[in-house]
Amino acid sequence: MTIMGVREEKPGVRVALTGNESIARGALEAGVAYAASYPGSPTAEVLGTLAKVAGEHDIYVEWSVNEKVALEGAAAASFTGLRSLTVMKADGLNVALDFAGALAISGCRGGMVIVVGDDPAAHSSVREEDSRNLCKVIHLPVLEPSSVEEAMDMTREAFSLSEELALPVVVRCVTRVCHASGDVKLGKIARTEREPEFQRGDRVITFGIALHAMQEQKLTRASALFCKSGFNSYTGPQRAQRLIIASGPSYMYALEALEMLDLSRETGVLKLGTTWPLPESLLLDYLINASEVVFAEEVEPFVEDNVMALAARHWKDIGSITFYGKRSGHVAGPAGPGIGEMNPDILAGSLSKITGAAFKSPVLSGRKGALELLGEKMPGRDLALCAGCPHRASFWSIKTALELDGRGGIVLGDIGCYTLGIARTGYHILQTVHCMGAGVGIAGGMGKLDRFGFNRPVITVVGDSTFYHAAVPALINARYNRSNFMLVLLDNETTAMTGHQPHPGRSSTATGEPADTVHMEDIIRGIGIPCSLQDPYDVEATIDVICRMLQQEGPRVLILRRTCALAAVKGKQKNRVYVDGKRCIGDACGCGRFCSKVFSCPANIWDAESGKARIDEAVCNGCGVCATLCPRQAITVERTV
Amino acid sequence: MPKLFAEPLNIIITGVGGQGNVLASQILSVAAAEAGYRVAVGETFGVSQRGGSVMSHVRISRDKPIGPLIPRGRAHVVAGFEPLETMRVIMDYANPDTVVIMNDRPNYPLGCLLGEDKYPHPARIEEAVKKMVSRVHTLPATHLAQEAGSPLAANMVMTGAMAASGLVPFGREYFIRTIESLFTGGVRELNLRAFDTGYSRISG
Ligand code: SF4
Ligand code: SF4
Repeated sequence: MTIMGVREEKPGVRVALTGNESIARGALEAGVAYAASYPGSPTAEVLGTLAKVAGEHDIYVEWSVNEKVALEGAAAASFTGLRSLTVMKADGLNVALDFAGALAISGCRGGMVIVVGDDPAAHSSVREEDSRNLCKVIHLPVLEPSSVEEAMDMTREAFSLSEELALPVVVRCVTRVCHASGDVKLGKIARTEREPEFQRGDRVITFGIALHAMQEQKLTRASALFCKSGFNSYTGPQRAQRLIIASGPSYMYALEALEMLDLSRETGVLKLGTTWPLPESLLLDYLINASEVVFAEEVEPFVEDNVMALAARHWKDIGSITFYGKRSGHVAGPAGPGIGEMNPDILAGSLSKITGAAFKSPVLSGRKGALELLGEKMPGRDLALCAGCPHRASFWSIKTALELDGRGGIVLGDIGCYTLGIARTGYHILQTVHCMGAGVGIAGGMGKLDRFGFNRPVITVVGDSTFYHAAVPALINARYNRSNFMLVLLDNETTAMTGHQPHPGRSSTATGEPADTVHMEDIIRGIGIPCSLQDPYDVEATIDVICRMLQQEGPRVLILRRTCALAAVKGKQKNRVYVDGKRCIGDACGCGRFCSKVFSCPANIWDAESGKARIDEAVCNGCGVCATLCPRQAITVERTV
Repeated sequence: MPKLFAEPLNIIITGVGGQGNVLASQILSVAAAEAGYRVAVGETFGVSQRGGSVMSHVRISRDKPIGPLIPRGRAHVVAGFEPLETMRVIMDYANPDTVVIMNDRPNYPLGCLLGEDKYPHPARIEEAVKKMVSRVHTLPATHLAQEAGSPLAANMVMTGAMAASGLVPFGREYFIRTIESLFTGGVRELNLRAFDTGYSRISG
């Protein structure tokens, strides 16, 4: 949980680390030389952590423009014999998949580890993709830590495994590992002493079916190694008839659930740390004794399906087994089997259903009375753009401009903080959201539909980091094919969503060294697309320019540039903003409580006692936008600079 | 090592994104690890900067590895940085013996700003909380933090209150040392001051 912990040199001590720090530490202990990533939750902090210690350990650390490029760079280091790491979220593996699949065929040299962060329950993602299925498709081995400490150990060991198999190894971590913390026992930090080499005549290629055969052999080899791996372990009685097969943090939940149900003595738990390829003979050893098998994993029934297929192949030896899991419907959270996260309660509930053992949580007797006392329904808490977020001002301007324009213009969205434009905080303005850069491609298509009679103005919004990551090809396509839409580039000068990482539009790199800034204006104008620039905090001017540009034809870009409000106030004295109680006349104004109810910055609150608007000073970031919108000019901004 | 009053000790810190929850859970768990305990923390923050509900499960054990999520009804302590969120967490994770430390300052959800939902009066929330659990300490943490120098240090006031509650099995010095190691300069001074304010508020 501290960078000091990651830096600690003494092997054997226990320090508290986050899952992401522990992955970084594991890589350091393996002597990683090259690390590249595009930030994505839940794994964003792995590279950030390595960037902090890059100097002292002489490793190369970069924020890449996207995950595919990151993986390609890391592969290069591996081809020369160095150890390399790439980190991405599940969606990032989709982006990198084309190359990852090719790399799985060519194989690698220096140990190469791909950390993939899956996000069951989609806490900070648009989907809860289970990347293990993709890894199986492209033939890459998968390790799956069940705890913070194991994330470190697995990352470290994955490098040797990768060298042994000459294949990249995926360490699949879920949010409950990445964003968890725990004490870990440190090993020794290894400094890389290898000299990179790639000679004339060296070849790493992807070609022909001979390599496919070799790929299968590597996986067979991996399966044999996994049967002896310390990451797979069994606890419970000898020859358990009831066996839980658990992977990831579901292993910890399963142990706790058994304890809560008092079933630990009679139930065996097989922890599977190597989830692909399956350690077949190890599994068969346990399946032979079992008559009931329960699966505990996230998200999809991946181990479940593959173990059932294994059992089907060996049915003659292992006899009849009843399988309980997502397919049978027994292991399921509130949203249904195979949807959402696991936790100890869900597993205890499932085991109780399967075994008949009683499961009771401690009861809170006053709950009903307490709710009655409140008199009203407990308000939910939507996600909201931060106070002072430039996107709120931008959305407000787009919404107003489209109303003024009056032709029923549509707005397409993309991935970033501004995805919240689908929700109340963004006036529900976004009508499509899919994946990085998709909005621009979709706008390109919409902008070609006029020949069929589709004549609505089309606006698509994209953030700066997403622009570099995935929007540029779609923009080239739009220019080439003369599509008709307006791109609003919400440039908050950072990758805000994942914790303010830099990108190619910035002037420094991951490790804080000077970078050659790639200006988005240059790219856009270079493609031949006209491009204007505006500060979204000036709402009036922004509405004007949008209205004007809506009248133009062809692809065109408006950059709304203003630093993310959080980044802007970090470490600085904020402007003081307050409501002048004499000027604000409350509901008599007729503005409909504009600042709180309509514009809805979370710091614009309503003071029920005075019947007037108020600014919550603990929340306000001092942007001053509400002050420019208040029809009575009742809000005052005291600038600190 | 002093005895834990529960094994493992389950603490939930809850609030709204941007209130510094995660930092409070970090200080608590680094201090616990320094004091020789095993810790497991599960953070639920999603896109946390963006004002949603946030919750940290901190589990402290003498010697056992534990999972990062506390089962329902099994929290021993709930530290709530915001009244409504405290109430929400209590309903799911508390039992009648759970001890609650609660900041009295509401942070209004969007639905309340828009007038679609009504935020219950904080005094009502406190009453409702007392109906469910018997030991409740309410304190004006945001206000105290403001007096100490910045409303944003409310998380440190709450951390101080937790440290003083007698519920965590290690002393104030572990917290102080952790805060000192994590911050420098003015922020360190501010955080130590805010921590002290919360500490003396509870220890009396
Ligand atoms: S100045 Fe107004 S709009 Fe800006 S953060 Fe403060 S309350 Fe929100
Ligand atoms: S982090 Fe920045 S860009 Fe994201 S919602 Fe907050 S102010 Fe807006």
